[in-house]
Amino acid sequence: MNIIVCIKQVPDPREFSKITIDPVRKTIVREGIQAVINPLDRHALEEALRIREKYGGKVTVVSMGPPQALEACKEALAFGADEAVLLCDKLLAGSDTLATAYALSKAIRRLKPYNLILCGNETVDGSTGQVPPQLAEFLELPHVTRVRRIELVDDGKAIVESVLEHGCRVVEVKLPAVLAVVKEINTPRILSVFGIVAAASKKIIQWSVSDIEADIGMIGLEGSPTRVTDVFTPEIKRRCEIFKGPVEDAVKQAVRRLREIGAF
Amino acid sequence: MPGEVWVYAECRDGRLMDVSIELLGGGRRLADKAKASLASIILTDNVGSLANELISYGADKVYVVEHPLLKTYQSDLYTDALSEAVSKYNPEILLIGATSIGMDLAPRVAARLKTGLSAHVVGLDIDEHGILKQVVPGFGGGVMAVVTCPKARPQMATVRPGVLPKPEKTDRRGEIIAVDVKISEDRIKAKTLKIIEEKPLGKPLEEAEIVVGVGLGGCKPDTFNLIKELAETLGAAIGGTRPAVDEGYITENQMIGQSGKTVRPKIHIALGASGAMQYMVGVMDSKTIVAVNKDPNAPIFKMCDIGIVGDLNDVLPILIEEIKQLRKT
Repeated sequence: MNIIVCIKQVPDPREFSKITIDPVRKTIVREGIQAVINPLDRHALEEALRIREKYGGKVTVVSMGPPQALEACKEALAFGADEAVLLCDKLLAGSDTLATAYALSKAIRRLKPYNLILCGNETVDGSTGQVPPQLAEFLELPHVTRVRRIELVDDGKAIVESVLEHGCRVVEVKLPAVLAVVKEINTPRILSVFGIVAAASKKIIQWSVSDIEADIGMIGLEGSPTRVTDVFTPEIKRRCEIFKGPVEDAVKQAVRRLREIGAF
Repeated sequence: MPGEVWVYAECRDGRLMDVSIELLGGGRRLADKAKASLASIILTDNVGSLANELISYGADKVYVVEHPLLKTYQSDLYTDALSEAVSKYNPEILLIGATSIGMDLAPRVAARLKTGLSAHVVGLDIDEHGILKQVVPGFGGGVMAVVTCPKARPQMATVRPGVLPKPEKTDRRGEIIAVDVKISEDRIKAKTLKIIEEKPLGKPLEEAEIVVGVGLGGCKPDTFNLIKELAETLGAAIGGTRPAVDEGYITENQMIGQSGKTVRPKIHIALGASGAMQYMVGVMDSKTIVAVNKDPNAPIFKMCDIGIVGDLNDVLPILIEEIKQLRKT
């Protein structure tokens, strides 16, 4: 089994409260926030490693991002991936999900043959969940999102469970396919010193737009049909009447007030 | 606006999803503002009375794609059918509910049509040029962005369930149009074999008039028992934060917030939740928000109507008693 895993470097979600907006330039300020592999992508990588451990094969990580994303690639190699590809080019800046999916598809086409492409279902920054199905469309492969279980029937077929609001959908999917996983699928392993040492001798391939022969009109800002026209911090304005002090009094006052405002 | 506003009507087991009805309300408002007509498109094996139902909720037209293979959701066939119908009629706007199925279908359709799509939209408006302004949450809900799709058509968005109010049914007339698109079994590469239902426990969060929300501060066995007692006294549904899910006190289905559900009850009572934006975006449309937290500096006290500073184990028994007294009188 040759497995491709798409990963993205994102700001650490535990530090999201530090994110601010530059009110003049209308940009998101994320300075001083640590970058990590998108949490769900670690579940995708873990699933790939488990499949390789069971059936043999090769796990290749693909990421698109700025030069700093090399760190995410290194970390993926330390977890056990065999090879990493970083697609990095200024021409890719400003790509929305469509342009990103297109660029990733061009890189992945160069990595043939493969049996499976795994992604996290969404990233914590934009959390659109749009890239996996769009990547599948560009690769002309089937896709399944919200996958919590993968059972490989043979090289050509898998049975997967896709989580619904109240239950799941059981899908028989022809391989190769793009599967986007949710966190219930597994518990990712932790980094080992051995893995970190082993990663040092593994290869990270860096590709630019010319390496993947992408159509310039379909990448970056030009290739992105969507535009972000404004960013702001949501404001929640409420009456904020806070009762404190001796608990019994505070609760009684609060309940009285709730009756007065017609809530109870 | 030259083209129509379309709402994708998602149905499961022959029933319309609530979010599709909500979208007809939101779509009606957009269509009226842009002086366009509102249409709905439905893919099904048997349309029955659903087309008329869509009209009664506000659609001027309903496009029906009826085929035995469309009985359950099949990503390949649904993508083919919806994309072909869109290419045939060229709507200006296509709104899809951000359900598990909607989020599987919409991105693929947008990629096939090479158009823009925004995800989990929480606010929609249209300007005088017919440009759809879509408010989307990012970074766990702490940041909002306004997204547009200036050139490519249709302008596509998936909209979060629960953010738009459900319109009332009215007695109105509309046009039903049967759409002939190519649907062939050999296109199926990801085949839905079956749907396994897992029934949620208790009252569905979305329908409850009172929702009690459990935060990390409520995640101790004794405290949680008090929370359950409060919910029972009030006839409330229980939901909560991501940490409460991680701690195993509530299920994924009960999760409220950016990565969970949006609720808009009459009263929301947040117990031991700090007020992270990721959570608050899911409750901010509640009529009244009550918060109990032992930390007087918890951000939630700046985002609630009535707050009580105190330990849940002290506050809850008194609160339960007070409510029982109220109910007697």
